Amino acid sequence: MPSVSMTVNGKQVSGTVEPRTLLVQFIRENLHLTGTHVGCDTSQCGACVVHVDGASVKSCAMLAIEADGSTVTTIEGLAGDGDVLHPMQEAFRDNHGLQCGFCTPGMVMSAIDLVNNNPAPSEHEIRDWLEGNICRCTGYHNIVKSITAGAAAMKGQKAAAE
Amino acid sequence: MYEFSYHKPSSVADAAKAMGSADDPKILAGGQTLLPTMKQRLASPSDVVSLRGCRDLVGISSDGSTLTIGAMTTHAAVAASGDVQKAIPALAALAGNIGDAQVRNRGTIGGSLANNDPAADYPSAALALGATIVTTKRELSADNFFTGMFETALEEDEIITSIRFPVPQAAAYAKFDNPASRYALVGVFFAKTSDGPRVAVTGASQGGVFRAKDIEEQIAAGKTPDSSGIAENSLNADIHATAAYRKHLIGVMAKRAVAAAG
Repeated sequence: MPSVSMTVNGKQVSGTVEPRTLLVQFIRENLHLTGTHVGCDTSQCGACVVHVDGASVKSCAMLAIEADGSTVTTIEGLAGDGDVLHPMQEAFRDNHGLQCGFCTPGMVMSAIDLVNNNPAPSEHEIRDWLEGNICRCTGYHNIVKSITAGAAAMKGQKAAAE
Repeated sequence: MYEFSYHKPSSVADAAKAMGSADDPKILAGGQTLLPTMKQRLASPSDVVSLRGCRDLVGISSDGSTLTIGAMTTHAAVAASGDVQKAIPALAALAGNIGDAQVRNRGTIGGSLANNDPAADYPSAALALGATIVTTKRELSADNFFTGMFETALEEDEIITSIRFPVPQAAAYAKFDNPASRYALVGVFFAKTSDGPRVAVTGASQGGVFRAKDIEEQIAAGKTPDSSGIAENSLNADIHATAAYRKHLIGVMAKRAVAAAG
């Protein structure tokens, strides 16, 4: 079987996979990072969104072998050491941006990619961007509020760092 | 998904070679159609030849009269490209509205054209703009490239390398999308070219993308476009829309595209 190696959440990892192994299977089953969820497995729901080389992708619609040599960030890689959450995670908590929480990892990963591309998205832009993320609990309202707050917090954090 | 052998050649010439020597191969570009299809076991290639190692297939260049886009360029890259936004803003807008953000980060223009999904967006742009599809073997005009639903003139071991778009005087794409999938129920791409108006329709026909020549003639004659000349029995009917509704939408989308092009 072919071997793959990639950087996941800052750590160099490798493993042997079948060519048909999906990136999400590699993340969950080989690396035991189970924060990345499989909701639909038909590339509609977005619960499996991770970042590959800085861009959000659906890890159920990408082969693990295609991520060979890439840099991958999953929901587990967002928070720094200790108890400090990423500002977008904190914003979801503060704004009650989840109910059952199953879609949340994908929502957060997708939201961060949006803000990286568009630091101050409007409500319309947020709703448009969430086309690829399905939530069956919230009705999206608090998710949109969370992302608006998360974007502002990310901007504040960036300004503080500079 | 059934098992397959995986190949990642570093040049498109090696990719063509790998295609030629495999039993039942498929090219993997962005994989946003192929992988879901394989997961559903609707496709079971013996070999998958990834183009991810062929870096020369990625890129966008413009010389003012022609916009050239490498086959492995993603929808997100086309949407964000200053060259595309300047030369053919309608094409950048079309790319930025395909599927969802994650699909746009992986899906490629070459993959979309080679797949020729009857409801995909890019085929209508290629056809209306009179694009040239450059492959490992030849150059094909868009008029000769699309041959039917999910069918193109590509041979088994022929790979798209780039697409050349002549820059039109004006262009616009109007799409009535399925709210769930964002595929076009009907999409109309209108281009005002030096050879006259060109209009291509996606999402509507059983034969895939097509040129609506009678609408082109109406526009050339300065009339308001309408879809009365389109045969209803050639159009798709499914749970999303009847053939009559699609026919109606072709007229509405054509009007909107012409108005948007200014």
